[in-house]
Amino acid sequence: MQGPGRITRGLLTDAERSVGFRFDGRPMQGLAGDTLASALLANGVRLIGRSFKYHRPRGIVTAGPEEPCALVDVLGAEGREPNRLATTLALHEGLVAESQNRWPSLGFDVMAVNDLIGRFLPAGFYYKTFMAPGWAWERLYEPLIRRAAGLGRLEAIVGEHAAPAETLHDHADVLVIGAGVAGLTAAQRLGGSGLKVMLVEQDVVLGAGALLDPRWHAWRETMCDALAARSAVRCLPRTTVVGAYGHGVFGALETLSMAESARFGGLKERLRIIRVRRVVIATGALERLIVFPGNDRPGVMLAGAALSYLRRYGVAVGRRAAYFVNSDEAYDTVLALTAAGIECAGVIDVRPASKAADRARALGIEVHGGAQIDAVIGRERVRGVRVSDRDAGHRRELAADCLLMSGGYSPAMALASQLGAASGWQAEIAAFTPELDSSSGRVVGAARGVFGLAAAVRDAESAAGAIAAELGRAVSAAGADLKLPPDPQATPIAPLWEVPGRGKAFVDLQNDVTAEDVRLAQREGYEHVEHMKRYTTHGMATDQGRIGALAGSAVLAQARALPLSVVGQARARPFTQPLPFAALAGGEVRQHFKPRRRLALHDWHEAAGATFMTAGLWLRPLVYSHDSGWEPVLREARAVRRSVGIADVSTLGKIDVQGPDAAQFLDFIYANTMSTLSAGRSRYGIMLREDGMLFDDGTVSRLAPQHYLVTTTTANAAAVLEHMEFQLQSAVPQLDVLLTDVGDQWAQFAVAGPRSREVVAAVVAGVDLSSGAFSYMAASAATIAGVAGRVFRISFSGELAYELAVPASCAEHAWTALLKAGEPFGITPYGLDALNTLRIEKGHVTSAELNGNTSADDLGFARMLKPDADFVGRMLSQRPALSAPDRLQLVGVRPVERSQRLRNGMQLVASAASGASLGYLTSSTPSVELEGWVGLALLAGGRQRIGQRLTGSSAVHGESVELEIVSPHMLDPENHRVRA
Amino acid sequence: MLRIRCPWCGERDEIEFRYRGDASRPRPAADAGLAAFCDYVYQRDNPQGWHLEWWLHVGGCRTLLKIERHTLSHEIRWIGAAADQPPRPMEPGR
Amino acid sequence: MNPAPTSPPIPASAERTPSGRYSGWRLLLEGLSGQRGWSRAWAKAQPRSRYRVLIVGGGGHGLATAYYLATEYGITDVAVLEQGPIGLGNVGRNTTIIRSNYFHPDNIRFFEYSLKLWEGLERALNFNAMVSQRGTLNLFHSEAQRDLFTRRANMMRLQGVEMEPLGAAAVKSLVPLIDLDNGRYPVLGGFLQRRGGTVRHDAVAWGYARAASQAGVDIVEHCEVTSIVRQAGRVSGVETTRGPIAADTVCLAVAGHSSRLAAMAGLTLPIESHVLQAFVSEAIKPVLDVVVTYGAGHFYVSQSDKGGLVFGGAIDGYNSYGQRGTLPAAEEVAMEAVTLMPGLARLKVLRQWGGVMDMSMDGSPIISRTPLEGLILNGGWCYGGFKAIPAGGMTTAHLIARNAPHPVAAHLDLERFAAGRIVDERGIGPFPYAH
Repeated sequence: MQGPGRITRGLLTDAERSVGFRFDGRPMQGLAGDTLASALLANGVRLIGRSFKYHRPRGIVTAGPEEPCALVDVLGAEGREPNRLATTLALHEGLVAESQNRWPSLGFDVMAVNDLIGRFLPAGFYYKTFMAPGWAWERLYEPLIRRAAGLGRLEAIVGEHAAPAETLHDHADVLVIGAGVAGLTAAQRLGGSGLKVMLVEQDVVLGAGALLDPRWHAWRETMCDALAARSAVRCLPRTTVVGAYGHGVFGALETLSMAESARFGGLKERLRIIRVRRVVIATGALERLIVFPGNDRPGVMLAGAALSYLRRYGVAVGRRAAYFVNSDEAYDTVLALTAAGIECAGVIDVRPASKAADRARALGIEVHGGAQIDAVIGRERVRGVRVSDRDAGHRRELAADCLLMSGGYSPAMALASQLGAASGWQAEIAAFTPELDSSSGRVVGAARGVFGLAAAVRDAESAAGAIAAELGRAVSAAGADLKLPPDPQATPIAPLWEVPGRGKAFVDLQNDVTAEDVRLAQREGYEHVEHMKRYTTHGMATDQGRIGALAGSAVLAQARALPLSVVGQARARPFTQPLPFAALAGGEVRQHFKPRRRLALHDWHEAAGATFMTAGLWLRPLVYSHDSGWEPVLREARAVRRSVGIADVSTLGKIDVQGPDAAQFLDFIYANTMSTLSAGRSRYGIMLREDGMLFDDGTVSRLAPQHYLVTTTTANAAAVLEHMEFQLQSAVPQLDVLLTDVGDQWAQFAVAGPRSREVVAAVVAGVDLSSGAFSYMAASAATIAGVAGRVFRISFSGELAYELAVPASCAEHAWTALLKAGEPFGITPYGLDALNTLRIEKGHVTSAELNGNTSADDLGFARMLKPDADFVGRMLSQRPALSAPDRLQLVGVRPVERSQRLRNGMQLVASAASGASLGYLTSSTPSVELEGWVGLALLAGGRQRIGQRLTGSSAVHGESVELEIVSPHMLDPENHRVRA
Repeated sequence: MLRIRCPWCGERDEIEFRYRGDASRPRPAADAGLAAFCDYVYQRDNPQGWHLEWWLHVGGCRTLLKIERHTLSHEIRWIGAAADQPPRPMEPGR
Repeated sequence: MNPAPTSPPIPASAERTPSGRYSGWRLLLEGLSGQRGWSRAWAKAQPRSRYRVLIVGGGGHGLATAYYLATEYGITDVAVLEQGPIGLGNVGRNTTIIRSNYFHPDNIRFFEYSLKLWEGLERALNFNAMVSQRGTLNLFHSEAQRDLFTRRANMMRLQGVEMEPLGAAAVKSLVPLIDLDNGRYPVLGGFLQRRGGTVRHDAVAWGYARAASQAGVDIVEHCEVTSIVRQAGRVSGVETTRGPIAADTVCLAVAGHSSRLAAMAGLTLPIESHVLQAFVSEAIKPVLDVVVTYGAGHFYVSQSDKGGLVFGGAIDGYNSYGQRGTLPAAEEVAMEAVTLMPGLARLKVLRQWGGVMDMSMDGSPIISRTPLEGLILNGGWCYGGFKAIPAGGMTTAHLIARNAPHPVAAHLDLERFAAGRIVDERGIGPFPYAH
């Protein structure tokens, strides 16, 4: 069951192993080693899909990743994967593929009507219409356009069992991109010189062009064996370098074979990030199409592709082939196919005479010199071609079932261009070649226009020598003794870009861009190649229009009456090959998107029934209940106000500051003074940004004359450390200070409430905790439940309170001891929500108020700023605008009608009718101390408005509340409780 | 992607560092006045060319590095400690 | 590859051949007559020796400013000077989003003014820019974020701009692709601005260019400004690669390169140039109707009319004029995409590119006079310039024509930094690399 197209053995296919698959519902057989494309061709399938815009019938054009037309949907366990290239899709048992962009079927597609009305749909037609009536764009035109756009359909099963993804990191001395003869040579020479080499090749096998020429098979085998034996060289087939990112960093996509994928749990591809000191770009050259009417018909293919199908898969792309060529290199296909038994309808050579034509004629092949193809006969498949002599007319028709065209070869320059290569026009080969600074990389072989396999080998040897020398090695002579089959003498290419005529002639097959579109673009002034590209969409499809890029520029150049060298080509951008989101994303997705930071006591909190909240990377207990609503929160807050509660505040940033100049340093960092803090005392501190705005607040404790401990807010822990390091090393490097992040080292608990002293005293040894001895804001080393730690008398809740710090490894021990000591007092663990309720009542600010747009004066901290000494932010904080009386200032708010609730984000307005915002509510909570809800707000000229009534309005909730503006210090403003 | 050679830690990817902007304007003296500080905080040369800039190795030794990098090619031609000065005078590089 | 731009020869018929009216009828007629009747969308003008107003920069803002100067303020003695072909800078590289959901009330007013101008633009320009108001949805993942978005929505509503809260179920039914619960940061809900959406970016540049050209403005391509000439304490013109040009007013509209042009006038600006990457996936049939922004990172995505998903994330984070992206930023964006929409896993990313952003010291734009008399600056757009093109153009034209700021742009002056009247949406501070 080999199919009518399988005429011989292929290098990659195993004639003994049959593989079953389905295409558009039709079951077929191929061979192991086939691609979907080669298997379809072997089965005589020509029609593969319908083109994007005109829905013209399309077939397979190439044999590789540059394929413009043979895109299919693959149906698998994970859903429908669109836009897979049949030319690179490895055939496997049970493969189910469908053609795209056609309805109801490939053979009969309703939208083919677009082809008939194509004259009314030129490039850019949509810019000129669809403007009226006004309502019609989003409701009528656009939905139709959107449904017509795109080729494949995405249907994915969104579930837990997503396939794995992986990113690997590679390091080497040299990266060789491409394992054609040039790449193999460079890898061999450099690997032999003692350098670590990575050789990557997008194909499933190494060798590229050497596979297609039997004379080179022995050389190729010897080189591949030698490289496999050389441990310093890693060969990665199926790996495409997708981007060059500078500094020797490259991104590559490695596609796994079915067998390897099964070994790795279904992994389909890997992203490899490769870091090297030097790079050799040996990416070869791509064959180009020729523009003539009907150059998109199924059966019109690139000549080199036909040779690939024959050699690699033993498949004949047709029975009777016509050839349209303009170079000697294309005759490799002519000779090979004819020798394999494929009838030759005729070789139409643009050039009147050539050495290759002579060799062909000597073998009995009919060559029409100085001729051109005017048109293709046939619609769903090639049936014949119309030929004429280029100067004399003489039209005739030749019957054929495939047309193999070759318009020359363009170096694959995308990676060189990403590295900054300029491009130069080489008239002898009618192509642009890259001009890359050797410090950025070296381009060798066909990739820089050195055609001919033997010439490419020598080119690579020379580059390898230069690189080895730069890296201080003698280049190896490994492989230099191998005989190179000589490159035949070639007659130069005669560029032919377009054969004018009636009927659509394409420069970009995937986006359905015709030569007429290019001319229209020029006529309308979109004549720069980048404008032409965007206006016509030439080169903007998944294949980046590679096989037609130069032809499009050539048509443009002709229209502008300028040489190609001036018109140029549009810039290629990463990625050289499309890669799935999953591959680019790697494994840090979904649940693993960001790390989870857990408290040392996480398990305890969980077992105690806590609902957790995500705060940045942290999981923090919100409330010790799974019931919804405020009651569990208020119960915890009440327990603190009435007796005692305990909260895990370990997420606070903690920075250890030590050194002879520690005090001076902190005076520079903080807006208020820290050098006057005595040992054994703490102080609330605020720090500003250099532009005078509030940055963070926290507590500074002086443990010893040259030893401070600084706490920061949870959210700013890393930012504050960074800020301190930056200032220390850049602004005040003369200060002798060391900073250490001790955030994770210490667990810290707040024990708060009127009975807190009794609880803490039961657990702490070595410190007299009586009110006089350990007054408000005292700090000391202490033994806590037998463990060396620290105790601080600071209060966020507004009650008598302490914070205890123990080494994180002892967290559970100390916490449990505190709970036990607190049992007689009904000690209650409280979470973030209760903490928030308590601090709002007290009027303490958090990042809701300290939000980056508030100044010290706004929050009532103006008096804390040092009047004389320098500190970060001092100068700009003194600008009048930062303390203007109409700025948004911190106030407290209470609903006049106590039963009404508040909403965070409410706007404060003069009255329900007025539209101007006077400020907004930042934090709110039902109060446990006062009746009803209380909140904090930032209000224009707030301090002057205390006592006024305003309206709080939340259109989002449809609520409006009359508010009383009060001092933010709603609870115990004299601080009797904290000083108890 | 930048590869930065930290003098302590070796050549590392850019993601280990935190960029802190222009390093060519030292913090003014405390009595330099408001205009000097506004300049320091807000004004930038922002050249298309060689740029002296700060990079803090937050993912490593936390050393503050001063680096001369070209803002178009991204080539790095000098790396020093915070107190060092690059060997050449800075070209206007526009 | 683009060779270095040498001035291509201007054909003799560069005089103002009007491109004629665009309409469905015209397409029909031209289709029947072989497309012969189409002509240049904008005239390729030769620069004269003097203009009343020179606009440096042929991107969205420069072209829009020229258009409004000519059509709203009656000033047609205007030239737009563009160093290469128009519209290939940031206007051609962005992710095409338009919206007016901002925090700062002055910014809401400005961007809403722009949104209203977008709504009438195609009719005004007779060019289909595909202004598509299918909605922009901002997701939130925590109560704190919900509060923040509530504040913003309430602020917008006070100015009469609608913004709707959606619960998780409503989010899911609007965007089936979203996985609400299985990501590290589950989606709690979203806020939808129905009038937000996307616009075809190239068409904006071309549409404004065509209309401005038809109104009498000279659009001069391949004309690079090499110095700004001053005389008696004010600007008097420019030197260019096509000769000197005198002018009463010179307006810089070169965001990404504002610092370089300002330096020619002896000025420094509170701006750093940074790269913002953007990406497009392969084209598929419709799967996403609205613009979605992810709240637990920095990721936004929409599906273009061509079928590709256009998406992006945060700036790369260090000064660069490189117009190309790095790998870490691309990986981060892909991680967020797959986390939010696991269904995209097998969809392929096609291309990545970058634009150079004018990152200002407070994250808000600058439309302002400068210390040099006669030099106007339209820049500092950070990554929000595209949606602002109509308002940026109109208010800059106003500033030029009336020598006074337009009321909706008065807060965007250059003096605000030193004065302390910063307009910082997220409270990040004077760190352009962090905005």
